[in-house]
Amino acid sequence: MTAAAPHGAAFPVERYRADFPVLARRVHDQPLVYLDNAATAQKPRQVMETLDDYYRDYNSNIHRGVHTLSEQATAAYEAARKKIQTFINAASHQEIIFVRGTTEAINLVAQSYGRNRLGAGDEIIVSEMEHHSNIVPWQLLCEQTGATLQVIPINDAGELDMDAYKNLLGDNTRIVAIGHISNALGSVNPVTEITALAHAVGAVVLLDGAQAAPHTSLDVAALDCDFYAFSGHKLFGPTGIGVLYGKQALLEAMPPYHGGGDMIKMVTFKKTLYNDLPYKFEAGTPYIAGVIGLGAAVDYVSAIGMDQIQAYEDELLRYATTAAVGVPGLTLIGTAAHKAGILSFVLDGIHPHDLGTILDHDGIAIRAGHHCAMPVMERYRVPATARASFAFYNTREEVDKLIAGIDKAKDIFN
Amino acid sequence: MFDVKDLYQEVIVDHNRNPRNFGKLDPADKTLEGFNPLCGDRLTLYLNMDGEERISEVGFDGHGCAISIASASLMTENVKGKSVPEAEAIFNTFHTLLTDSSAALDLERVGKLAVLAGVRDYPSRVKCATLCWHTLKALLEGGGEPVSTE
Repeated sequence: MTAAAPHGAAFPVERYRADFPVLARRVHDQPLVYLDNAATAQKPRQVMETLDDYYRDYNSNIHRGVHTLSEQATAAYEAARKKIQTFINAASHQEIIFVRGTTEAINLVAQSYGRNRLGAGDEIIVSEMEHHSNIVPWQLLCEQTGATLQVIPINDAGELDMDAYKNLLGDNTRIVAIGHISNALGSVNPVTEITALAHAVGAVVLLDGAQAAPHTSLDVAALDCDFYAFSGHKLFGPTGIGVLYGKQALLEAMPPYHGGGDMIKMVTFKKTLYNDLPYKFEAGTPYIAGVIGLGAAVDYVSAIGMDQIQAYEDELLRYATTAAVGVPGLTLIGTAAHKAGILSFVLDGIHPHDLGTILDHDGIAIRAGHHCAMPVMERYRVPATARASFAFYNTREEVDKLIAGIDKAKDIFN
Repeated sequence: MFDVKDLYQEVIVDHNRNPRNFGKLDPADKTLEGFNPLCGDRLTLYLNMDGEERISEVGFDGHGCAISIASASLMTENVKGKSVPEAEAIFNTFHTLLTDSSAALDLERVGKLAVLAGVRDYPSRVKCATLCWHTLKALLEGGGEPVSTE
């Protein structure tokens, strides 16, 4: 080792890689280089084994059976909730609502929190760098209530214009909904400051943590946000499961989002009594295996340590950024001072889709497109970007292969 | 195992770099926009007709990947001077070539378009190659709505 490793010890990336079976496969006869982690992350065998154990050993419905299997499934499901409470430092397990993903979490808040509270003249603030899933639910809410959407602009580096944000905030601001880390640019937003400023005018804050949860330690108590949303599948867990955190007092005051079984205490045709938190928001049989699997994913990354993961990834991103800016004709899209996990770029004369196909031939998986953030593409006047996104199992050697693949594409096109 | 250079043949790279018939026709008898919302490819096709039945001039502009730009460029070269039924027949043959892997690779029937045959090995890229053709078809059929691949 020539450089001092973070935290005094080398990050044993090869040991972690061995936990991810898919990383051993080949694509087009080349070792897979998976750099599409912002779309979805790969799963460690510990998560797969947890899913397998559930289906093989104690598959059962929860919260209703008196039999052993149901008790085991219920215990595992609720244990996962507590793991997630600890993972994000929520005050109570009742503040952890299981949903299908970040998208459903945001829609839940827009409808359950917003629909009865907002009206004409009220304002919702989002930013120019949001994913469509943190834009469209608010547009729907605006159509329903007469509220209006305000947009914080970003600068050329891909950082929020905080002065513009302060100017947008006012007595009419009811909700501020901001991504913690941008999926298209990698910018890490100053969410603590954003939240404090919003609270000063009496607005509630939802943070879209889809890209943040896999890369940084989360502390909703320190952030003081009112809602925090993230997806399991980007956090090395199953697809189809996600988390909405909400402050208990707010969740208590909100009506259910979906009606059905498990979210009630008593049903008659005259009056239905809703269940307590968190069950009020978990109508129907949930994705039990997914919840338990997400708990296993949280155990997995917690054992490594989110701070260790962040330090390793920050170093990897610095290495990748230095290599990328050395490629003639390559322009980075998103050069914020504070970034995480994402290298978005365009190449002179080579469309991102062509680059994506050429890299795929060398086993390298990246994303090419608008990344569900069309306003960001509009801002930079590009139709699409190529995006390499990293996880803690990626290596410098993989970055080198990416750069070699880009050079190959340039050879084909020039 | 196929080589990526089978897809990005010199002809495709050339037509991407120097697309033929690129630019707006003004005036144009018919104009229509086509777009692929998944990747942001967007092109506008311009046609001048010799009567109702024959394409006398064709042009396009817009932006997209090499496959979509080269395909549009090759298409304009191919259909200029063709009758409407002839152009539609070429499209049908071309479309089958790209989407039906069991179809015989009768490359002679599509002439120079055969350089795009490699696209059939890349299902996610077929829409790139056919966007211009779907737009042409809609234009010839008189539709006024922009064409979307989705």
